[in-house]
Amino acid sequence: MTIAPHASTASSAASSDAPLLDVRDLRTYFKTEDGIVKAVDGVSFSVEAGKTLGVVGESGCGKSVTMLSILGLNTKAAWLDTTGSDDPGREMEAFLRGTKKHLSVSTGHASMRGEDLFQMTSHRLRDVRGSEIAMIFQDPMTSLNPVLSVGDQLSEAVLLHRNVSKNEARDRAIAGLIEVGIPRAENRIDDYPHQFSGGMRQRVMIAMALINEPDILVADEPTTALDVTTQAQILRLIKELQEKRGTAVVMITHDLGVVAEVADDVVVMYAARIAEAAEVHELFGRPLHPYTWGLLGSLPRVDLEVERLTQIGGQPPSLLNPPRGCRFNPRCAWALDRCHVELPRETANEFNPSHLDACLLTEEQKLAESARITEMLGTRGNVS
Amino acid sequence: MTQFLIRRLLWAVFLFIAVTMITYVLFFIVPVDPARQAAGKSATAEDVARISHQLKLDRPIYVQYAYFLKRLIVDRSLGESFANRREVNEMVAEAIPATTGLVLGGAILWMLIALPIGIVSALKPRSLIDRSSMIFVLIGISLPVVWIGVLLQYFIGFRWGLLPNAGYCDLVNPYEGATCGGPWDWFTHMILPWITFAILFAANYARMIRSNMMDTLGEDYVRTARAKGAPEPTVIRRHVMRNALLPIVTMLGLDIGIALGGAVFTESIFGLPGLGKLAVNSFENFDLPTLQGVVVFATLAIIVFNLIVDVLYAVIDPRIRLS
Repeated sequence: MTIAPHASTASSAASSDAPLLDVRDLRTYFKTEDGIVKAVDGVSFSVEAGKTLGVVGESGCGKSVTMLSILGLNTKAAWLDTTGSDDPGREMEAFLRGTKKHLSVSTGHASMRGEDLFQMTSHRLRDVRGSEIAMIFQDPMTSLNPVLSVGDQLSEAVLLHRNVSKNEARDRAIAGLIEVGIPRAENRIDDYPHQFSGGMRQRVMIAMALINEPDILVADEPTTALDVTTQAQILRLIKELQEKRGTAVVMITHDLGVVAEVADDVVVMYAARIAEAAEVHELFGRPLHPYTWGLLGSLPRVDLEVERLTQIGGQPPSLLNPPRGCRFNPRCAWALDRCHVELPRETANEFNPSHLDACLLTEEQKLAESARITEMLGTRGNVS
Repeated sequence: MTQFLIRRLLWAVFLFIAVTMITYVLFFIVPVDPARQAAGKSATAEDVARISHQLKLDRPIYVQYAYFLKRLIVDRSLGESFANRREVNEMVAEAIPATTGLVLGGAILWMLIALPIGIVSALKPRSLIDRSSMIFVLIGISLPVVWIGVLLQYFIGFRWGLLPNAGYCDLVNPYEGATCGGPWDWFTHMILPWITFAILFAANYARMIRSNMMDTLGEDYVRTARAKGAPEPTVIRRHVMRNALLPIVTMLGLDIGIALGGAVFTESIFGLPGLGKLAVNSFENFDLPTLQGVVVFATLAIIVFNLIVDVLYAVIDPRIRLS
């Protein structure tokens, strides 16, 4: 496991006490034909300048939607102020049923250096997008506009946020392509996306996201659609550029291997909520949530002799009708009676207040099981 | 590019021969003797036989077809009409302006209707404006052209007298003794035919533009554009419309090519002396050379417009390469 040097290179703008990005009790619901999907249901986390936050979870657990909600990028999105409400979920459902204009609604708070992202004018929010928070997406094959040359698309990103001439924007686009390692960038600037391979397209996406030197780069499964050797290159590239510029990265992934590789802090999401959040060594060295145990147990390892990878039994729950109590209880081997009725909240642990977990087992039970699993995986010694 | 053009030309020759041959065969399946028609009612059996020989109708079909091809290639002539002995080349040339005016004007009109309707309904799905547009589309698709034409003629032309009922005026150089002529007369006489001709297409295109726009709105690169901080009008114009309208360009080219072969219904209703009308008349008279002349022109129009579309598509869509 390699861990990035910490905030030493962070941008000076983020020097105040407020975290770079702070998200509190975020909820996002979608209206679908089958009913209301509670895609994100009470998620809180923060991102520190220059660091990498890994967001891990199965497909459909709400990790992408969380980040899209913060930037107001969900389809026909609305934001509802539910401050002081004891059941924001019910208000959101009522709102969605009553509206024809919107297909999704979010509540909660998200602030960037203390500035509330949900209360911004749409004009200010557009400034933030691509300039302060930039995103790259899972599938580089479909994320670039097929009828515009990559130069046009990169220049567009510059011209949207910087008051420069077209030639200047083009020069920056070429510089951006050189920086992400596109060979013969000045010849390829007028090529179209289909003339690049998948890995090269993802490099173009990264160049486009970083061209305005954002404070945060949100990478939504940036390597999932790529082959393994390309995956490693792209991760290394993101890491290099991050270190060079002090950009904070939110790495959304379903791959714990990626998290181990790049993250400083980790948030494990399960069924629209946070199961566990900790610093990366802490999480691998002392995992406290049964879902994290399952994820760790199912990670393929060449250095360990295991007959068969363990798997988490059952299916991820439907977010139309999440199970009562702890959402993991139908798949949890350790579930207690109260797990079927009580929704656990993320709570800090006595031995490490920055390690949060949402599990109702007693601390002794969690520590004992955690020790057994880390022993088996050989990650135990990593706890600092 | 050269290779592409050669391939396309070979294909065009094949298509041309196939279409004209089928016209010949179909014509001779109809159990009517064209010579009898041409000879007139009081003609004797000898007269018919003589005319039949004169028109080479007593030869086998393939010989007649060979004559047709020879005439076309060597003399660049479509022959003479069975019915009135006029040069078919001349008759077709006379019919082209009316049809071209109708089709091109109609195409402009249907795009002017379909583009705003399609775009606005795609941006506001299930809104009042979307639902009313889609009702218009349904009506436009369901109504027979003939009925729309007759209705317009009756109300706007006859009852309210706002526009001329029917008839055609030459845009330039009206023939001697013409009752009307010049751009204004031409324009007013074309308005009702344009509307009649355009409604079905407008409805179809509006529906197509709407669904293309809606599909494109869900594309990943549209999300990328928004994530870059592009304002919504830029997202729609630069990223959605550019992609959504590409297939429409193809459709437009192909439809214009097909329609140039004769907008039969519209021309018949409004008495426009175009290719559609010429085709109907020549079929009624069993006038094979004239009918064949229209078919030749229609085939050429389709081939040429197909080619234009292919080349244009390669220009506007960087993913298509001609080689």
